[in-house]
Amino acid sequence: MSGHDHGDDGVNRRKVLECMTWAGTGVLWTITGGVPRSLGIIDSAQAATAAAPGMTFLQISDSHVGFDKPANPNALGTLEEAVNKINAMPVKPSFMIHTGDITHLSKAAEFDNADRIISQSKLDVHYVPGEHDFLDEEVKFYRERYGRGTKGQGWYSFDAGGVHFIGLVNVVDLKAGGLGNLGAEQLAWLEDDLRGKSKSTPVVLFAHIPLWTVYPEWGWGTEDGGRALEYVKGFGSVTVLNGHIHQVMQKVEGNVTFHTARSTAFPQPAPGAAPSPGPMKVEDAKLRSMLGVASINFKQNEQRLAIIDTPIQG
Amino acid sequence: MKTLNRRDFGADLGLALAAAILLPATTARADDNMDVHIDNFVFQPAELKIKVGTTVTWTNRDDIPHTVVSAGKFRSKTLDTDDKFSFTFTNAGDYKYFCSLHPHMTGMIKVE
Repeated sequence: MSGHDHGDDGVNRRKVLECMTWAGTGVLWTITGGVPRSLGIIDSAQAATAAAPGMTFLQISDSHVGFDKPANPNALGTLEEAVNKINAMPVKPSFMIHTGDITHLSKAAEFDNADRIISQSKLDVHYVPGEHDFLDEEVKFYRERYGRGTKGQGWYSFDAGGVHFIGLVNVVDLKAGGLGNLGAEQLAWLEDDLRGKSKSTPVVLFAHIPLWTVYPEWGWGTEDGGRALEYVKGFGSVTVLNGHIHQVMQKVEGNVTFHTARSTAFPQPAPGAAPSPGPMKVEDAKLRSMLGVASINFKQNEQRLAIIDTPIQG
Repeated sequence: MKTLNRRDFGADLGLALAAAILLPATTARADDNMDVHIDNFVFQPAELKIKVGTTVTWTNRDDIPHTVVSAGKFRSKTLDTDDKFSFTFTNAGDYKYFCSLHPHMTGMIKVE
């Protein structure tokens, strides 16, 4: 990796592509003026992050604890590997967000197991639910564990390192034929939450299902996600972090960077690349290169947050 | 008065066997039980025509849980792989339903 010297500036597109081809995963993106620019592959990127001041937080997603099908017979095991990876990171992150589907079937034991493993990171974790976390009859296990101090179905906001974080819930009250759903009550709260905030405050929106339309044929989008994005339009730096689709996707639109994280449990196919979005069985040797976490670095006076996707292995 | 049921009618015409073979899957049938499978995030068949009194059983054959929900009419528990849900339709009408976890999955039961 040291043989690949990208220098500090000016990585051209061919170089970026070459880098992606070679590394496969784990490219650090910084975005300047709407053009994604790779600073290099994981190790050098982490070194760059380590050298730079600022706040780093982690995103973990779709741990599906309890999943035991052929695509990954031991989802708890790969979650633990991801947590070990986090613990080995050169810079200890300030905290972690979990973008939902903590469990596979919302069983109490699944929540307990997830918590037992994730707590080994010794980080504060801010959760939002996935549709797999609301499957128990009384829909109480998630709320009992993670709903305290939240509004409505579990949405909330907090401030850290000069960034305003907003956790949204878009997996409740879904309509036949539709996509993810925020609902009028949550949107009203969001508008109110942002009122009076300085437009120079960097905003991070996180939710389980992508707030942008990735692939409606598979339900990968949020019906009223556009409404939420209207409320953050005037802000100089907006980062939208989602899970649900078990693969990395990124899009930049004006001041908004959209990014989805890998799962720690099993990969899903690229949009339209398979008959359904169900768990994708890959060779055992390849699985861990398709699972992982994301770390996000924020530096004062930089418009974009730098996102590094780190696979569990490879 | 003797009611003419389909079997008598078919037998009279000597077409019972041919009718059974040629009957499209979506045509109303008087079977007591019908099946809908969930494969690859799709209800199959997506539309089913049945007679009043028919019981429909949904089976989830995906590696991901699904539900079967018709607003105000019926609602299954979460169906894990190979779990089943049955509902007996006692009233005629069109029953649109969907998976509340993956709402792009929709289906229809037409009860005559």
